[in-house]
Amino acid sequence: MHVVVCVKQIPDPAEPGQLDPGTKTLKRSGKLILDESDSYGVEMALQLVDAAGGGEVSLVSMAPGSETSGLRTALAMGAAGAILVSDPGLQGTSALGTAKVLAKAIGRKNPDLILTATESSDGYTGTVPVQLAELLGLPSVSFAKSVEITDGVLHINRQTESGFDEVTCPLPAVVSVTAGVVEPRYPSFKGIMAAKAKPVEELTLADLEIDADDVGWAGGGQEITDIVAAEAREAGEIIEDEGEAHLKVVSFLENLKVI
Amino acid sequence: MSLDKVWVFAEAYEGKVKTISLELLAKARDIADTVECFYGGDGDDIAAELGAHGATTVWSTGELGDQLAGVPIAAAVAAKIAEGDGPDLILLGTTYDGRDVAGRLSAKLDVPVLTNVVDVIAEDADDISGVEPVFGGTTDVTTKLTSDGPKIVLVRPKSFAAEAVGSDDAEVEELEVPELGATGAATVVERHVEEATGPKLDDAAIVVSGGRGLGDKDKYAMVEQLAKLLKAAPGASRAIVDAGWVPYSYQVGQTGKVVKPTIYIAVGISGATQHMVGMKGSKYIVAINKDKEAPIFSIADLGIVGDVHKVLPKLIEALQSR
Ligand SMILES: Cc1cc2nc3c(=O)[nH]c(=O)nc-3n(C[C@H](O)[C@H](O)[C@H](O)COP(=O)(O)OP(=O)(O)OC[C@H]3O[C@@H](n4cnc5c(N)ncnc54)[C@H](O)[C@@H]3O)c2cc1C
Ligand SMILES: Nc1ncnc2c1ncn2[C@@H]1O[C@H](COP(=O)(O)O)[C@@H](O)[C@H]1O
Repeated sequence: MHVVVCVKQIPDPAEPGQLDPGTKTLKRSGKLILDESDSYGVEMALQLVDAAGGGEVSLVSMAPGSETSGLRTALAMGAAGAILVSDPGLQGTSALGTAKVLAKAIGRKNPDLILTATESSDGYTGTVPVQLAELLGLPSVSFAKSVEITDGVLHINRQTESGFDEVTCPLPAVVSVTAGVVEPRYPSFKGIMAAKAKPVEELTLADLEIDADDVGWAGGGQEITDIVAAEAREAGEIIEDEGEAHLKVVSFLENLKVI
Repeated sequence: MSLDKVWVFAEAYEGKVKTISLELLAKARDIADTVECFYGGDGDDIAAELGAHGATTVWSTGELGDQLAGVPIAAAVAAKIAEGDGPDLILLGTTYDGRDVAGRLSAKLDVPVLTNVVDVIAEDADDISGVEPVFGGTTDVTTKLTSDGPKIVLVRPKSFAAEAVGSDDAEVEELEVPELGATGAATVVERHVEEATGPKLDDAAIVVSGGRGLGDKDKYAMVEQLAKLLKAAPGASRAIVDAGWVPYSYQVGQTGKVVKPTIYIAVGISGATQHMVGMKGSKYIVAINKDKEAPIFSIADLGIVGDVHKVLPKLIEALQSR
């Protein structure tokens, strides 16, 4: 069983984001980290390979500046190796462009299963997984909250508005997993040390034979035309509870005539 | 100036068109001369309702059976567009199937998708933009689609107000699903419904949501009790959905539901940007949190800095005794 997990490396969400008014992209500073949303896919992949009695989990990531910090975290969890696509020509790449790059990189691997998160924490388009599946000519199941494989067939509980659907799908396939599907393991000290020696193959657009016009700003098919501050909501009255604050809520509701 | 033709992805549940689709129709009417829908199912079931909301035609695939809907619908729409006479713009709701259809369609037509959009500005077919809130709704980014071919936009729920205009039934036309090959192999074996009783998050006038500050799964009962007293819908932050305290259908926020009730009461919720984008549009916001620095207070009309285990029981008692 060979599982590829697409992992995004993103700016630390704990640091407030800012848009660069010049390039109109997210300002990036410092190291990128593993998107927490993708740690679920990594954990899921490790468990599926275990359950299958053997195989390999490998990673694919597209990131600027030869960034590997986030990949190392996933390698420390137990993935065997990674492909990193990094190229100055990728700046400004849209979701579809990203899917094109990931599809080419995955094409080198020929996996049984490709896992992604349902949406990235910083871009949250949520379209990359399905675009990727279409480009690879594969079926996809999005919003998986549980994944099992028996006799080469996926059994998935897929989130729906009213509950969930039990879905089956033959391999190979692309599956996007929701947060909370599994409990991502913390990398052990041994894992962290081992990760340093694991192979990360770095590829450029030329290596993947991708036309520069298909990606980057040029290939995006979109242009940011305006960035404005949204109408701010003002904070109202804030009171400290000294035993009677619930009465404030009661009179607030009374004033609105809902009680 | 306006567009010639807009297509709206129609979704329905148990024979009723989903509110999100009706919201999209309201916007489509505003910006286009002709509004049509496409539907993965039997169009006769919903032609009257779509017509009442301004659609003149519903292109329908017929019953899709146990197929997962995204692939066949996108393939059918792409095939129709290839025949010529496609729309200037395709509007889909940010729903499970909406994202699947949009993603597939985007790759098939080799055009981008604008996502998380809350407003659409369309001057003419070559000047279509979407507005997307970022950083928890503090900043609005407008993006113009510049590629050739139909523009695809995924719109967040509650962005527009649905309104019936009382037209004739939409005409039902066949949308043929082509051979799907390997991509169509995902099959639904069984559907499970785990719906909550009482008012629904989507349309309740009051929502009471609980977060990790409740401390313990059992304490969510207080949120349910308060919700019941106020005839409100109970909701949740993602933290407690991930923890398994409540089903996913309770989640409010970026990956959950967008709610716009008259009153939103947040209990033990910090106010992460991803939560706020789902409830910021509420008319009044009440927050109870023991940390006076919690971001939720920056948008609350009434903020109570206090312990939920003290404030909630008293509030419930006060309401019960009325
Ligand atoms: C891609 C992505 C998508 C996401 N989508 C969503 C989404 O759709 N919806 C969502 O909600 N989140 C979403 N999140 C998660 C979000 O970032 C937060 O982690 C989450 O909202 C936190 O939930 P919380 O406020 O319940 O928990 P916490 O952030 O842990 O906050 C708990 C709060 O309770 C308070 N508290 C503790 N004890 C008490 C007490 N005794 N009395 C009163 N107050 C107390 C604390 O002061 C704290 O403010 C998403 C994250 C990512 C990365
Ligand atoms: N640059 C990237 N490198 C690797 N995987 C990615 C990248 N961008 C998106 N993905 C995958 O696609 C998922 C959805 O991303 P998005 O469509 O941006 O919300 C992410 O959670 C990742 O699993």
